[in-house]
Amino acid sequence: MDLNFNAPHSMGTTIVGVTYNGGVVLGADSRTSTGVYVANRASDKITQLTDNVYVCRSGSAADSQIVSDYVRYFLHQHTIQLGQPATVKVAANLIRLLSYSNKNMLETGLIVGGWDKYVGGKIYSVPLGGTILEQPFAIGGSGSAYLYGFFDQAWKEGMTKDEAEKLVVKAVSLAIARDGASGGVVRTVIIDSEGVTRNFYPGETHPLWHEELEPTTSLLDILSAPEPMNT
Amino acid sequence: MSNIGTGYDLSVTTFSPDGRVFQIEYAAKAVDNSGTVIGIKCKDGIVMGVEKLITSKMMLPGSNRRIHSVHRHSGMAVAGLAADGRQIVARAKSEATSYEKTYGEPIPIKELAERVASYVHLCTLYWWLRPFGCGVILGGYDRDGPQLYMVEPSGVSYRYFGAAIGKGRQAAKTEIEKLKLSEMTCREGVIEVAKIIYGVHDEAKDKAFELELSWVCDESNRLHQKVPEDLLEQAKTAAKAALEEMDAD
Repeated sequence: MDLNFNAPHSMGTTIVGVTYNGGVVLGADSRTSTGVYVANRASDKITQLTDNVYVCRSGSAADSQIVSDYVRYFLHQHTIQLGQPATVKVAANLIRLLSYSNKNMLETGLIVGGWDKYVGGKIYSVPLGGTILEQPFAIGGSGSAYLYGFFDQAWKEGMTKDEAEKLVVKAVSLAIARDGASGGVVRTVIIDSEGVTRNFYPGETHPLWHEELEPTTSLLDILSAPEPMNT
Repeated sequence: MSNIGTGYDLSVTTFSPDGRVFQIEYAAKAVDNSGTVIGIKCKDGIVMGVEKLITSKMMLPGSNRRIHSVHRHSGMAVAGLAADGRQIVARAKSEATSYEKTYGEPIPIKELAERVASYVHLCTLYWWLRPFGCGVILGGYDRDGPQLYMVEPSGVSYRYFGAAIGKGRQAAKTEIEKLKLSEMTCREGVIEVAKIIYGVHDEAKDKAFELELSWVCDESNRLHQKVPEDLLEQAKTAAKAALEEMDAD
């Protein structure tokens, strides 16, 4: 086998952002890979920018980190200067500014989500070239390819917080099942007027989708299994 | 004018022994001699009015404007040296555009006022600069509602319900204080502003003047605009009528 362990860390990812009546839910898987090697199976791809704005990162781990670090710093300055919390739109615009002006170097797509008192919950996706898209829901990363049809069918206007989070967890677990570059656990962040809630859904809690195998806790179980490997 | 001849009034970078900077006070004098400029905050927006003194009968009406738009939702009225005022307006415009480029939303009026005030103040700190010979009234509408600021040549700025600068400021201020601003719409405010400007105009000293009016309010879709022609005429008529009524008493 020709494995390249020196490949840059990249987040073949599934990230999701959904608005509901009163706020937003962000979701992500937790796999960070170096080529084919899983460098981190429990990464946190949902990063805090301000008290009320979070961002889902995809693409190069390094690029997405540096962009969100800069934006966090700029938003902090901006909050002090204005004396009031930054809006989601401002956060998205700062990300776009960096993504667009460095598009030749960066390989990262981000989904910004948050809540502010002027417009409520908002999702903005900033894909590769530095476009801004304000969307009722957004999906990103390699796993999103498996989710377009699902969201066309399952997304509804004016969902409750519970419905929205269930949708996000289901979507990410579906993508984890199909996409080899996504995996691990599902993390969610819920943001509304009340504040922020973080949730964690370990792999064993995900439903078994079509043709998925039962999880095994030990490699020995696989070896001693009578069917189908030993026949 | 006890300061003249003391040697402390020629430099902006030298304090007098009792802690004053006379050049800044002289700059304020330039503002005090200008035509009156007022701004009021009504319940649904801001109205600004200027008594533009006409220096020449051959000047076209509507030229040498003293009220300028800064961006979509705010405007500035200038008292004092008009040319200095244009410099401040230009700076305000560039601050507004640069803010919007970076943050993707219009600059809050408070932030705009602070930045303009910083710029005006900057010019009081260096020996090779002269303070601005003008004061500006800045009115705008942002997500926190309508707001009115005044920036003076010293670089201080405060938020107001009603503000007045120029020759007739004292009389104008007492008139503004009589208004019930929190219950007044801008359409009503326009009439009051016109009455005040006509009322404080000194017929004996300055003959001709032109009334310049602008607003930012719900009726103008939160845009800074000249007051519509028909309303301006209505305001002028009401102001003249009010004057005649006063003379009759």
